[in-house]
Amino acid sequence: MSTGDIVLEVENLSVTFATESGPLQAVRDVSFTLRAGETLALVGESGSGKSVTSLAIMRLTPPAPLVTLAGSVLFTGADGERRDLLALDLDGMRAVRGNEISMIFQEPMTSLNPVHRIGDQIAEAITFHERVSNRVALARAAELLDKVGIPDARRRLSAYPHHLSGGMRQRVMIAMALACNPRVLIADEPTTALDVTVQAQILELMKELQQATGMAVIFVTHNLGVVAEVADRVMVMYAGAIVEKGGVVPVMTRPLMPYTQGLLHSVPRLDPESLGRDTLEAIPGSVPDPLSLPPGCSFAPRCRHVRPACEAAVPALEAADDGHDVRCRRWRKLAEAGA
Amino acid sequence: MSVEMAPAATAPEIPLVEVRELRQWFPVGGGLLRKHDMLRAVDDVSFTIAKGEVLGLVGESGSGKSTLGRAILRMTQPTGGQILFDGRDLTKLGRRALRPLRPRMQFIFQDPFASLNPRMTVRQIVGAPLVIQRPELNAAARDARIAEVLGTVGLSMQYAGRYPHEFSGGQRQRIGIARALILEPGFLVADEPVSALDVSIQAQIVNLLIEVRRKLGVAMLFISHDLAVVGHLCDRVAVMYLGRIVEIAPTRALFRQPRHPYTEALFSAVPVPDPTIRRDRIILRGDVPSPLKPPSGCAFRGRCRYALPECAAAIPLLRQVEGGHWKRCIRDDLVLGRPGKRGAVEEM
Repeated sequence: MSTGDIVLEVENLSVTFATESGPLQAVRDVSFTLRAGETLALVGESGSGKSVTSLAIMRLTPPAPLVTLAGSVLFTGADGERRDLLALDLDGMRAVRGNEISMIFQEPMTSLNPVHRIGDQIAEAITFHERVSNRVALARAAELLDKVGIPDARRRLSAYPHHLSGGMRQRVMIAMALACNPRVLIADEPTTALDVTVQAQILELMKELQQATGMAVIFVTHNLGVVAEVADRVMVMYAGAIVEKGGVVPVMTRPLMPYTQGLLHSVPRLDPESLGRDTLEAIPGSVPDPLSLPPGCSFAPRCRHVRPACEAAVPALEAADDGHDVRCRRWRKLAEAGA
Repeated sequence: MSVEMAPAATAPEIPLVEVRELRQWFPVGGGLLRKHDMLRAVDDVSFTIAKGEVLGLVGESGSGKSTLGRAILRMTQPTGGQILFDGRDLTKLGRRALRPLRPRMQFIFQDPFASLNPRMTVRQIVGAPLVIQRPELNAAARDARIAEVLGTVGLSMQYAGRYPHEFSGGQRQRIGIARALILEPGFLVADEPVSALDVSIQAQIVNLLIEVRRKLGVAMLFISHDLAVVGHLCDRVAVMYLGRIVEIAPTRALFRQPRHPYTEALFSAVPVPDPTIRRDRIILRGDVPSPLKPPSGCAFRGRCRYALPECAAAIPLLRQVEGGHWKRCIRDDLVLGRPGKRGAVEEM
């Protein structure tokens, strides 16, 4: 699927928060590209930096000096022009945000304004970026609600968020995000707060809409099942850095980084064959404190393949295979040993 | 009202917990002159749990599974039905009469951040049940017991003087489990104990619970929306939909051959972490109906792809279809899909 043009190039992105205990680097030197029509999954546990990465791309992190951004986020707009989003002023960014790049969040209740009708909220997104009348914008809002599978769309324009179920609210958020035909949609855990049967509905809807519009999607999630379902490529983050990156099939069927392997092993499976009273293969310990990261590989303290060299210096992100990168000093040895 | 047999465990011995036609209704709305509606959060629920058995309770939000868990431990006053704990009907007992039974049944909460008092040390949190229930113990004896139970959950006594904020989510959940275990209960209700945790930590806590039941032989009602976790931990599983149990069976039987269309859809909706399997999943239409205005007949029929006109006639009975396998569906002619095996494997 990843045959489209490059729409987003993130280069050496770092995000540093100023805290009372000193600078906290939440995202460290993250680079990746995103092509039209593809879905890139950003996977990691809490504190891995996956949400901060997506917020930084949208320039939604708190302003300096609270947060400093470094690196570049090159976005190619519909006009074919390439701009560094990190260098744009607030007005320039506002023209891109919600128009060419949109975002949906985990909790649709807190992202919608409870005192405004959903039709007006969607229409506002349209009139903010385009010179159309309110009436035209409302008509487009009704079309969008229809497109995201909300029955009786015209009448629903006058509903308030609390009239809708969680799944319906997330559909409204998606309708709003798609209002201006964005080239990139960033979805931050969009189905995490939903029940599995509703999650299945929303994932299906997002897939259909992506096929129809050709937009690129960055899908932030901690759920490896959802990754397998939606992603073309995967980027695994740990303690603020990318530790493995590649096509969804190689990364999930032949993971090279011990952390990715551990993560996949610790998910309980559903099929009756793998049921049992056996213990799950958990990863011991917990995520390191971002204020005092270990000097070498940040996963070393929890890694069962650790060697003294791992703790000496941070390993580089190496190309292991075509388009499959891994940050592990020992990946070659481990792959040979069939670990 | 349907008259039903309580689905019994295969063991003939007297169950530790027996729930009979339990109802937990809540009045909603209403006022001085207006009559209120009844929200039937839990309706006609019957099941048993044997000594040392782990029963899983799955369902989506609003299915009533948490309300059921709280009602069983008498955190609420049930509207009707019976809860027999070791032969005594808990619904007939007042607060005072319940107190001597409390140490034998404990609760593990979902949110390890909200369920621990931030102003208390680990020693105070874990030791609090002892202070209340075993006031005769002196500080040294109490500390010895605290050290023992912290050891069981994989924490050392050197943490006893620390406060909850100094711990990660997984460690806090261990503290919550230690508090639940300190009085050596025979029965635990665990309400989504791993849902708030990261995957790698979730596996640690699931393993801890497996170890706890193996070592201590404690019976458990394990409430979760995660079918895979339930499949791993439980002997039997009950599936709830809109306040009622729609299917209950031994875990293997349920996973091998679900008998209720809702269970099938639930299994089908769970994304599997294997990108080489593309399944023809069942996408349910619409949302769970409101428990204030449940549809006539089978509550699931509006979203069921196998629904017949007859399904609207009456609430189906919970019937036994195989040894220990009960379902609330009138159709016996269905061959439903099993989890993880649906659809063709595609080469990518």
